[in-house]
Amino acid sequence: MTDKPMVAAHHVRLGSNAGQPMTRRDGLAKVTGTATYAADNRPDGLLHAVYVEAGIARGRVNALEIEAALKHPGVVHVMTPDNTPALSQNPDEKTTPFTARIDVLQHDKVRYAGQPVAVVIAETLEAAQEGARLVTADYEVEPARIGFDNGEAFEPQAVGMSTPPVFSKGDLGSARSEAAHSVSAEMETPLQYHNAMETHAVVAEWDGDRLTVDMPNQAIGLAKPGIAAYFGIPAENVTLRSPYLGGGFGSKAVLFGPQMLGILAAREMKRPVKLALRRDQMFGPVQHRSATRQTVRYDLGRDYKFKAMEHQADVSTSSFDDWLDGAANASLSVYAVEAMKASHRGFRFDTGTPGAMRAPGIATGSAVVETAVDMAAEKAGMDPLEYRLLNYADKDPSNGKPYSAKALRECYEEGARAFGWKDRPLKPGLMRDSDGLLTGWGMGTSIFHAPFFPAKARALLRKDGSARAETSGADMGQGAWTALWQMAADGLGVAADDLDFDIGHSDLPDGSIAGGSAHTASAGGALFAAGNDVIRQLAEIATQDKESPLFGAGNERLVGDGGRLFKASDPNVGERYTDILQRAGIDEIEGKGRGNRDKASTETYAMFSHGAVFAEVKVDPDLYQIRVSRLVGAFAAGRIINPRLAKSQLTGGMIWGVSFALHEEGIHDKRTGRPVNNDFAGYHIPVLADVPHVEALLVDEEDPHVNDLGVKGVGEIGITGTVGAIANAVWHATGLRTARYPIKIEDLLERSIARKT
Amino acid sequence: MKTFDYQRAESVETAVKAASEPGSVFYAGGTNLLDLMKAGVRQPDRLIDITRIEGLDRIETGKDGSLRIGAMVRNSDMARHPTLLAEYPAVAEALLAGASAQLRNAATVGGNLMQQTRCSYFYDRHSACNLREMGQGCDALDGENGKHAVLGWTKTCIAVHPSDFCVPLAALGAEVEVTGPDGHRRLTIDDLYTLPGEGQAPGTALRDGDLITALILPSGGKRFAARARYMKLRDRTSYAFAIVSAAAMLQIGDGRIKDARLALGGVAAKPWRATKAEAVLNGAEASEASYRKAADAALADAAPSGDNAHKIELAKRILIRALKSAAAGTPPKMPALPGSVFAAGKEAR
Ligand SMILES: Cc1cc2nc3c(=O)[nH]c(=O)nc-3n(C[C@H](O)[C@H](O)[C@H](O)COP(=O)(O)OP(=O)(O)OC[C@H]3O[C@@H](n4cnc5c(N)ncnc54)[C@H](O)[C@@H]3O)c2cc1C
Ligand code: SF4
Repeated sequence: MTDKPMVAAHHVRLGSNAGQPMTRRDGLAKVTGTATYAADNRPDGLLHAVYVEAGIARGRVNALEIEAALKHPGVVHVMTPDNTPALSQNPDEKTTPFTARIDVLQHDKVRYAGQPVAVVIAETLEAAQEGARLVTADYEVEPARIGFDNGEAFEPQAVGMSTPPVFSKGDLGSARSEAAHSVSAEMETPLQYHNAMETHAVVAEWDGDRLTVDMPNQAIGLAKPGIAAYFGIPAENVTLRSPYLGGGFGSKAVLFGPQMLGILAAREMKRPVKLALRRDQMFGPVQHRSATRQTVRYDLGRDYKFKAMEHQADVSTSSFDDWLDGAANASLSVYAVEAMKASHRGFRFDTGTPGAMRAPGIATGSAVVETAVDMAAEKAGMDPLEYRLLNYADKDPSNGKPYSAKALRECYEEGARAFGWKDRPLKPGLMRDSDGLLTGWGMGTSIFHAPFFPAKARALLRKDGSARAETSGADMGQGAWTALWQMAADGLGVAADDLDFDIGHSDLPDGSIAGGSAHTASAGGALFAAGNDVIRQLAEIATQDKESPLFGAGNERLVGDGGRLFKASDPNVGERYTDILQRAGIDEIEGKGRGNRDKASTETYAMFSHGAVFAEVKVDPDLYQIRVSRLVGAFAAGRIINPRLAKSQLTGGMIWGVSFALHEEGIHDKRTGRPVNNDFAGYHIPVLADVPHVEALLVDEEDPHVNDLGVKGVGEIGITGTVGAIANAVWHATGLRTARYPIKIEDLLERSIARKT
Repeated sequence: MKTFDYQRAESVETAVKAASEPGSVFYAGGTNLLDLMKAGVRQPDRLIDITRIEGLDRIETGKDGSLRIGAMVRNSDMARHPTLLAEYPAVAEALLAGASAQLRNAATVGGNLMQQTRCSYFYDRHSACNLREMGQGCDALDGENGKHAVLGWTKTCIAVHPSDFCVPLAALGAEVEVTGPDGHRRLTIDDLYTLPGEGQAPGTALRDGDLITALILPSGGKRFAARARYMKLRDRTSYAFAIVSAAAMLQIGDGRIKDARLALGGVAAKPWRATKAEAVLNGAEASEASYRKAADAALADAAPSGDNAHKIELAKRILIRALKSAAAGTPPKMPALPGSVFAAGKEAR
């Protein structure tokens, strides 16, 4: 894999730190094993809890046999719905859009396989594990509903967090009546399970009505009051520590039943308790990506430009909650089209409840949209890139707003150049490599919205020149410890090494959710603003101090950098922070900050990151095994704080795209609803041999509107576009399209045989 | 997992004696056994650790020219052994096509031969499985069975044997040395495994206390060294079990096949020696037409056991691919992706 960290363009720089390809500040701790993840904590007197999973997907627990578990040496208690106290807040109540209905042994209903039905608590993990195995349940079983043929359909109130399920603009009927051509892509996408490397875990310790929790969490500010509400204590009594997460992908932004059970067990036992999920337990109570069944139809004019677009998505959720992946909204802001309609229908499966999973909605939706676009390009007899340019949207087609910034043309251009796209034959099945493998090239457009959350931060400058900055933000592995640190240091105008920096626990100002690819912009913006607040106060002191060289420069722009405050117009005129503070006899200055997005901008502009992904696949002409031999993506996402980390996020996203296109699929038995492939031998994700060449290019983009710092997100966009690019490349290699993701050998085989006969 | 005793065996004799007690199992690399124990599928009372037994980790050439590989030789060591690479290259290729580097570093010859099926209903203790307990029924029959058997199955069990390594061993007619409570014996790979019957789960011919001490690769197998390949079709480029696989070994002279050895993997509860296909090839022209006939013969008795009819076609195609690849000659160097369909050259496609 290539790694050529870019030299930051001038406008990318905030101070001396941002824009630099700094390596991870927590890297040493991680590779030496000294970074403590939640489950690494072992407070004195620790007990271990393992929950028993429901063996059925729908019904009721008639009876639990727990005697054998209680007799097992080391087991101290078995929690069941019969002996578990009620929580202070019903876990089926939804108090915020982020609240999921969760199972905390408050009833005897079974709503999905893998739901906790009892918790065994023991002195050792081994004893708890064996105790859990010894618990047997007698069920009243109802037939499980899995898959769109069995699931129960309903009209949803909302999709995603709170987006309307139906959207339309323009007159679809009349646009269609003027159309000359039409294409329609129909595809299914499977359930996918987040499966972060670090499974969900909690270590809980009570001290009276005060609670300390070690738990990987992407949204500490939400989790703290959330936990407090379930346990009937004031939010300030909860200390939540989450310095490092071994991946989150959305599934660590919400509170789930197992973690609450761990906390409950600790309260019951009056001892600290650890509960960590096994890998197989990750396929139930901790969310997944909805399965979808989508149709994307484009109607084209005589000139083959899009006239009408209709995107319909059937989307799965659970029987007891309503979260739906907003797949059909993925098509709304990408290509210029006169009239459009997007609609969703919900389907209830007897699985756990889905939730936001890396690039929710857009990953699933763009996977089908991009194949439909290529089908249209084929109809037009045009190169897929040329065709996308023909339908390029200069304004967001869903609302007519201009984009805050959109360097997608440059992404297409730079990506195509780096990939060598121009030699691509139009027709499929024409390229073979020297080994006789079918070779195909495909592309897709990447897009991801640029939300912004109201994060807070604090900064401190001390008389001795040392500085501190903090926010509760979360590092899921994306590099917040580094990128946020860089922004905080630039806000204060100090070198990163001179900054004492802290994130990842609830005593810090609310850094808001690390999600929606908005964390660097939101928490980083807050940190930068907090530092600026310190500098502003410092400047006030200096400009009023007769002994300062900056005396009287109140109306001039002053800059803090390298521990010095100086005139922007003349950097020689200035002095060190320490001099200012010492003369003034001030020990420290505290600054507070919030990131800012201009309200008017939000109303005026459509805000997205963009990109273009180019894929080369090799397909065996007889056996149809597929390998993505090359992936090149070019992305424009505003100001890039750390190009090294940004590329790592983008390549990670693209690799997830490979996973989506070719590998990932959570399979449940249709009869019982139990997961069939709930381990990494069965639930495939790409291995290194599957991603021999993945390259992400950063395309320069200055976004003056998206927020004060012009920072957008890079965490999720890499998946979008990639999935369709791979499917399109497979078509280009073979002339075959399949009806579902992942693209399977047997599906290609079947279609190839059907084509021959 | 269930509490168990651990006993370290110092010699073959003590291992056999200890393992003759009901509830005992041998612990070798542990890469399969421990997973099964964690899932609660196997609940032994006693692990007999055979990793420290002197002498089981050697590779030696016998007086008759055969290669004798101790049961405790690790998969990765075996695959890189110069004699194996030179004389039985398809065996090395199959070993390297299996699992991951980390697993191969731990996995042993004996453990690989004795590994259990990956049928997910076998692993899921809430499912009915005749292999786990005869009489429960088989939940794979109407379940997710796209990867299940197309040869040699009965409604009692439709599972496949997952080993790659065993496939060229079956083709070679390799043997295992077994020491048990009743003394020593030798079994061919073909006889080691038993197919399911009506009311009879698949398994092996080993009885309680039987320890595999070595694997014997017959000296006759060396004659195929110049044309021997293993080809494995899988859902990702590496680290995935075979959908179907094939080992092909050929001797070709004057454009005709003088001798052929063939076996299929991922199709049955045992590595499937394709003797009928071998017969079709013997004396035939070394051509695609012959390979096609052989593939048809190999799969003549195949039938889908569920939603897996595609495996019959794919098995034919992988067999043809393995034959063409073998005919093209063993590559001078182990391919970067051993056993991969991408490791076949243009002439084999
Ligand atoms: C994720 C994953 C992926 C894998 N992928 C593949 C693959 O693609 N291809 C493939 O072929 N394999 C694959 N494997 C299986 C792997 O090859 C086996 O787990 C391994 O070979 C078992 O060897 P071991 O020494 O660890 O056996 P153990 O786990 O120690 O033992 C396995 C069984 O053999 C018995 N046993 C061990 N030694 C002897 C002996 N000398 N005599 C009698 N009985 C004995 C044990 O009692 C036990 O029942 C995979 C495994 C995993 C976990
Ligand atoms: S196929 Fe065999 S191993 Fe699988 S469930 Fe049926 S009996 Fe058990």
